[in-house]
Amino acid sequence: MTTKFVPSGSQTVGPFFSIGLQHMIDAQAERHTASGMIELRGKVIDRDDAPVVDALLEFWCADRIESFATLEPRGDGLPSGFYRAATNAEGNYRIKATRPGPAPFGDGTYQAPHFLVLFFARGLLRHLITRVYFPMAQENDTDHVLLQVPVARRHTLIAHADSQENHVFHWDIVLQGADETAFFAW
Amino acid sequence: MESMTTVQIAIAGTQPEFCFPPYVSSLARSPRLPLIVLPETLTERSGPVFGHGLIGKTDHDLTLQHDGEPLGERIFVHGRVLDEDGRPVRGALIEVWQANAAGRYRHKVDGHDAPLDPNFSGAGRMITDAEGRYFFKTIKPGAYPWANHHNAWRPAHIHFSLFGAGILSRLVTQMYFPGDPLQALDPIFNSISDESARLRLVSRLDMETSRPNYALAYAFDIVLRGHGDTPFEEAW
Repeated sequence: MTTKFVPSGSQTVGPFFSIGLQHMIDAQAERHTASGMIELRGKVIDRDDAPVVDALLEFWCADRIESFATLEPRGDGLPSGFYRAATNAEGNYRIKATRPGPAPFGDGTYQAPHFLVLFFARGLLRHLITRVYFPMAQENDTDHVLLQVPVARRHTLIAHADSQENHVFHWDIVLQGADETAFFAW
Repeated sequence: MESMTTVQIAIAGTQPEFCFPPYVSSLARSPRLPLIVLPETLTERSGPVFGHGLIGKTDHDLTLQHDGEPLGERIFVHGRVLDEDGRPVRGALIEVWQANAAGRYRHKVDGHDAPLDPNFSGAGRMITDAEGRYFFKTIKPGAYPWANHHNAWRPAHIHFSLFGAGILSRLVTQMYFPGDPLQALDPIFNSISDESARLRLVSRLDMETSRPNYALAYAFDIVLRGHGDTPFEEAW
């Protein structure tokens, strides 16, 4: 297969992205009032343990898709399964989301519940790709993607339960250092 | 899982490195441990589709969002969004943001001593048509100083965020203007080492689309990752 068109180069999202991208966060906040939602929250830190106060995070969950397809938007133009967040002055982010279920792997088996996460910030010339999984999901032990991650780093992709009811989860991102979050190549 | 497809890696030089020392803030924010090969599952092969419900009636005209006209040089920006086979990406969400003509962003952390324009917010969004085309009207942004190194100035640019077919097509980039001598001095622009890939971020003056006695036009085509084998449903 010959690639005729090389993908355009990435450039940093910079410190001012809220001008163009905040509208979707606000629109999501208005619609997420249904019960049965989970909350995922955490902190982002850099090499020096300093909070990353100007990061953009996007979460994608394909658990309701059974084939090569997309989830269609609702009347407000927002698709299901996609969530955008920005960190605040303390480096904290938070989303409210439909609880991910097991997503088809494509070979008849299922992946452990997860979000694919895209991470953007000033200082990153191209975005980072990672995944977040949930604690005590039996499928975590057999998830084909999680098994690609060295055992010693696997915990960096698994959120902690923050509530007895198991609907609030905590997941921190470490951009660099000994406990660096596992990121995927692209 | 011997036959597992994995996520495609960019051709060397056509994308920036995560750590690029001339861009000082990359030093503390880029990963150092090895990046991990990602199996391409349904999660990676699918993606969100955005609908026109997200687009307001002046979102494609940044000069119409206030009572008066913003100051500065009025311009048109347009182009096509294509996939790696050169096929149009229709239904792609494009979000743009930029500084005003004086080089000032309407943002609380922008401390540049240049005036805000009460008639300019600097945000727009649109969805590509069946031929992958987009079009918007704005004013040409100014250059502005930043703290990366002594006397550092960003070349004039417009930020672009795009969603194509599938989450892996996601791209955030910047569009530059032709003939700007600040590009040669800018570590962000020069983080793309492949010259032809770098120059594709510079828009082209397009006299055909310009309107005499009204506005110049700049053409800027964007190629997103993916081969169009992800079915892309009608979103509206």
